[in-house]
Amino acid sequence: MSADPNATVVKPSRSESTKRRRPPAILTLNIATVFLGIGVWWAISLTGLQIPSPASVVASGIDLAQRGILLTDIIASLRRVLSGFLLGSALAVPVGFLMGWYGWARGLLEPWVQFFRTIPPLAIIPLAIVLMGIGEEPKIFVIFLAAFLACVISTFQGVVQVDRTLINAARVLGAKDGTIFVRIVVPASTPFILVGMRVGLGAAWATVVAAELIAAQEGLGYRMQQAQIYYDLPTIFVGILVIGIFGLLMDRTLLMIESKLTSWQERR
Amino acid sequence: MNQRAKVSAMSDHKIQVQNINKTFVLGNERFEALGDVSLKVDENEFITVVGPSGCGKSTLMNILAGLDEPTGGAAFVDGREVDGPSPERGVIFQQYALFPWLTVRQNVEFGLKTAKAPAEERRRTAQHFIDMVGLTDFADALPKTLSGGMKQRCAIARAYSMNPSILLMDEPFGALDALTRVRMQEHLLETWEKEKRTIVFITHDVDEAAFLANRVIVMAARPGRIHRVIDVDLPYPRTEEVRLSPEFAEVRNDIWTSVYHQ
Repeated sequence: MSADPNATVVKPSRSESTKRRRPPAILTLNIATVFLGIGVWWAISLTGLQIPSPASVVASGIDLAQRGILLTDIIASLRRVLSGFLLGSALAVPVGFLMGWYGWARGLLEPWVQFFRTIPPLAIIPLAIVLMGIGEEPKIFVIFLAAFLACVISTFQGVVQVDRTLINAARVLGAKDGTIFVRIVVPASTPFILVGMRVGLGAAWATVVAAELIAAQEGLGYRMQQAQIYYDLPTIFVGILVIGIFGLLMDRTLLMIESKLTSWQERR
Repeated sequence: MNQRAKVSAMSDHKIQVQNINKTFVLGNERFEALGDVSLKVDENEFITVVGPSGCGKSTLMNILAGLDEPTGGAAFVDGREVDGPSPERGVIFQQYALFPWLTVRQNVEFGLKTAKAPAEERRRTAQHFIDMVGLTDFADALPKTLSGGMKQRCAIARAYSMNPSILLMDEPFGALDALTRVRMQEHLLETWEKEKRTIVFITHDVDEAAFLANRVIVMAARPGRIHRVIDVDLPYPRTEEVRLSPEFAEVRNDIWTSVYHQ
């Protein structure tokens, strides 16, 4: 009945399992498309448009790295993203649970969450700078807000959609509210929380660069802002590439954690 | 207070349902799921409840499980009024309701863990019931890798693990194919003959109702009420021979007529 390979008593034979090996083909295509993209980029840079060639961007990147600037910028940006993101998620999960589990919490908090969700976090930056100065606080605060808002809705949805039957099954096995929360509601909403965290991380990463464009002394956004003043196109490209690569790496990491933690899900 | 008086008054039956009614209010429409239902079930009886949809059989079961409250009347188990779920009354749901993030073993151990049973005892009890339902080789598998019949067997093991004196089963085999369903029925009876329990089994399948029960409760709809009670005087173990006998056919036809020509 079940087509799941883990369920089958009879293991597929070796030849069959090698024939079915699809992922490497996809990986090959992934690598091919990256090279193709770089090729197209190179071709465009040769046409005389004001686009730096991949070689000059790499050279610029190596130069920035050797002078220690690149690492400082990456660390500065990552520190802001991670502190904002972790604070945001850490608050979003309990608040989301509260909203999903208690009607009163939902009634009190949902209007505020929905209201602030409609405001782009970047629109808060001027206010944050006026109130918190130009140090790290306003940047981390804005990132925190972006991550929090993305994650809280998802967590809340996760708690609301927990199957009533599972809760009833736990109740008839003698579980009280506390146990049901820890052993049913938390695991059942984990997939939603993780999706929320991924969205939150994306929002945090998008926000940090913008925040650094406005007010910072270091960081990838600041570096690009400086490069813009000096018409330093390769450095701008280095910034863009590094932001993209780190964003991708962080997202893949969360995705890996997600598939580890939610492998019990039935995928239809 | 007067709980004690009730205890002594009702203690001669395992389950006693006394003038229960249940009304749902949807918007400004009132729906009488159960009219006036009274029922007595003796210890170790196997009763099936059969009836058309909307006859309130699931509502009745939820009230017995303590998951729902009657609008009027009361249900008593061992003379005590039901006022919430209890591990003493095991429930088996149509949708299996296994915890998908736990393995078969962890599912079966769930209630024992909640009751803070020592790890060693937990393990032993769980293994006993996993073996009983024939899932020994799948003890460490996740529910998503099991077929429907295996999932329901796991749910049965989980209910048994709490050593309930009553099993309440709400169309447990409703989602299974015909062949698996017959196997599960035979399996359930085998288990019941070994580990006697009082079983209330809800179904919409007339054959199933006749094959399993000592006594069949036929319900009618609008409002939900007991239409007829039919005793099934067929011997246990109920083998294939019993299933194919003219006596069985007679009982089944009798139930069929009361369900479809109310």
